[in-house]
Amino acid sequence: MSAARLGRRALIKGGLAAGAGLAIGFALPRRGRGQGAGVFAPNQWLRIDRDGVVTITNSVPEMGQGTMTAMPMIVADELDADWDSVRVEQAPANPALYRNPVTGSQSYGGSRGIRDHMQMWRKAGAAARQMLKQAAAQQWGVPESEVDTEPGTVIHRPTGRRLRYGQLVDRARQLPVPQDPPLKRPDQFRYIGREGVARLDVPMKIDGRAVYGIDVKVPGMLIASIERCPVFGGKARAFDATAAKAIPGVRHVVQVSSGVAVVADSFWTALKGRRALGVTWDEGPLAQLSSAQISREYAALARQPGVAARRVGDPEQALRAGRRVLEAAYEVPFLEHACMEPMNCTAHVRTDGCDIWVPTQNPGGTQAVAARLTGLPPEKVEVRTTLLGGGFGRRGEVDFVVDAVETSRAVGAPVKVMWTREDDIRHGFYRPATYNVLRAALDAAGAPAAWWHRIVGPGILMQKGRVPRGTVDPTAIAGAADLPYDVPNLLVEWQERDFGVPVGFWRSVGSSQNVFVTESFVDELAHAAGKDPYEFRRGLLGRARRHRGVLELAATRAGWGSPLPAGRARGIAVAFSYGSYAAHVAEVSLDAGGRPRVHRLVCAIDCGIAVNPDQVRAQMEGGAVYALTAALHGRITIDRGRVEQSNFHDYPMLRISEMPVVEVHILDSGEAPGGLGEPGVPTVAPAVCNALFALTGKRIRSLPIRPEDLKQT
Amino acid sequence: MIPIVVNGSRRTVDAQPDTPLLWVLREQLELTGAKYGCGVAQCGACTVHIDGRPVRSCVTPVSAVAGRSVTTIEGLHPTAEHALQRAWVELQVPQCGYCQAGQIMSAAALLADRPAPTDADIDDAMAGNICRCGTYQRIRAAIHRAAALQRGVGR
Repeated sequence: MSAARLGRRALIKGGLAAGAGLAIGFALPRRGRGQGAGVFAPNQWLRIDRDGVVTITNSVPEMGQGTMTAMPMIVADELDADWDSVRVEQAPANPALYRNPVTGSQSYGGSRGIRDHMQMWRKAGAAARQMLKQAAAQQWGVPESEVDTEPGTVIHRPTGRRLRYGQLVDRARQLPVPQDPPLKRPDQFRYIGREGVARLDVPMKIDGRAVYGIDVKVPGMLIASIERCPVFGGKARAFDATAAKAIPGVRHVVQVSSGVAVVADSFWTALKGRRALGVTWDEGPLAQLSSAQISREYAALARQPGVAARRVGDPEQALRAGRRVLEAAYEVPFLEHACMEPMNCTAHVRTDGCDIWVPTQNPGGTQAVAARLTGLPPEKVEVRTTLLGGGFGRRGEVDFVVDAVETSRAVGAPVKVMWTREDDIRHGFYRPATYNVLRAALDAAGAPAAWWHRIVGPGILMQKGRVPRGTVDPTAIAGAADLPYDVPNLLVEWQERDFGVPVGFWRSVGSSQNVFVTESFVDELAHAAGKDPYEFRRGLLGRARRHRGVLELAATRAGWGSPLPAGRARGIAVAFSYGSYAAHVAEVSLDAGGRPRVHRLVCAIDCGIAVNPDQVRAQMEGGAVYALTAALHGRITIDRGRVEQSNFHDYPMLRISEMPVVEVHILDSGEAPGGLGEPGVPTVAPAVCNALFALTGKRIRSLPIRPEDLKQT
Repeated sequence: MIPIVVNGSRRTVDAQPDTPLLWVLREQLELTGAKYGCGVAQCGACTVHIDGRPVRSCVTPVSAVAGRSVTTIEGLHPTAEHALQRAWVELQVPQCGYCQAGQIMSAAALLADRPAPTDADIDDAMAGNICRCGTYQRIRAAIHRAAALQRGVGR
């Protein structure tokens, strides 16, 4: 290891600080790893040294969801490690070793951390445990069947002899690695599913030690801020850097693909340099685009057929024959993620390699794009994933990596590119705005005989070139095409329309909007049929056992049907997303100004096996806040090709003073693990809007909720 | 050169007078606990104490702090065992953690003023601190818990 490399590591402030039972470090790619003498490293996920320290390498970026704790819990459980001896480090970009086995890429979204990796991580721990047992049996000269483990120790049951894992590493590392080791039965779990396993990252997050991308500091590093064209897709045609360069501390002004980068000694100086720039923009083809135009065109397009995403029976005929036909249009806006940590990336491009420090959900994509830009082979691009100050899908993109690599290469120094909040809100990858028309027919008994839903909007995967034109983008219809209710005739169509506004994966993606639409319209049907919205849904979930399970649990715990104080009402919603089932009951009122107030949210979640129950609750609490922010406040609008919002004063976030009580009930279904980051979001907005309907008789069909839409006329 | 006292130590910083305190703390003094979130005093991630009062360091020029005493999250307690920090661990408050230094500094100023805050006090004191992960419910519970710890209840 070179001194320079040691220096770079050591200078990551707090990067190797030890907490209680914890050292957070960056795993070093290709160096200092593997099976040296005194280290037992049967696979890429764990190693044990002679002191018995178990170092577990977590591949999933820590963005708040608790992976830095849940992942080692899973490995340590099958390994039967002593939890106090466990250290966790973050994996480098190395898709050959650390790719998600389901998606095949080292990129993390879709609430895939535990559900895609759990079996593999369990096997990694179990294989090591079996090897340690074999090593001890050899040392004692006893049959392997007579040895067992207790945390951190192999024990010979007949004689009570014990060997600590650290004492076995030299023998264990000589043994072949079992490919299919036996796994524990769930009743044998020591950590998985247990209450009270504390997050390993909390101590460093309460005293300033935690290192996010924005905190990275490396020797010789400069700070850059990039002036971008306010219009989507626009480019700098020319710029005058004279005034900017005259500011003391401004070192370079360079053009990069996203705009003009001012590179300085400090962020404040870089910002001053930015303000002093004169840039002539080529605003490109979107310079006249507006939200009003998008809405108008969506509504017109909704009259034309789209591509069928799911068809059951003959919905057209059933609608013609229906006794009672309902029709409604629903609309949702663009939304920006607003991670608390604005986008940033630090890169040092050299001729012989490239170092990157970045808060990313996509280490593999970071490595790949840096390799492409620099012409270096991927293994020469070292990516260190720092803590993420929020992800929510935004940090799966690599635009900020491009910024840093291009700027560092242009100035020949390590550069940290930092976005302002305004940059973040105006240059995001937005949750798509969509427009929906729905029709449904009720039969004589008030049951739905037909369901017809046409969605108009862009496709995220299609815009990124990952699904072909003319097909259905699965992100556009998630939460709509998988309507869980028993309806004999159904058609869900998608009419693709992309105006060129960059779109991306926003916590729960298609389900974030489609479940608002479908669960609101189901509520309309229930009221039209004169039925209780909970009983109406429950009666239609005959084949959807797990939907019914969470719906019943949420309703029961919320006291559905029990009296409420005057001026309050309840609403309910249920959905599947990302491998899990969630239901919410919302309790609402209107304040003196006629603004909605959410008092209580009762959530039932069936995520299969709950690895860390307290963090299941935390994700549901967080999903509720993310969803309420969108339902009550969230709206990105476009005028002349520009985002009209800029910071938290005009793109407001939910505050503690608006926070309802959130109660989370985990339904222990014993099923395979589902996702958690996203499934707590989709059902919140419809539960709230359904409650507002129960309270006011006003149906909210456009988000965010506007007080004027709730006024009695 | 501007003299300031940071976490009890006298420091002199070489910065343009209009430079916000936040950037002096983060870039010159390598105290990165206070975070940048908005730059316009809308989110509270940069909250520190000046002479014991909570301020948004992103809009506080360093020149305005000359000779005054600044406390950051790093200096809140020598061993990170302020009642709030203990309560934050006990109730497992942080998720991504980015806003939490600001949350704790706002809460510390609240508890200094009101040792037994009501929910309304918490709303008033904490509404300037945004958390996108949605830890508000635990923040509220942890402030109540810390207040109890400070009163010597339930130790």
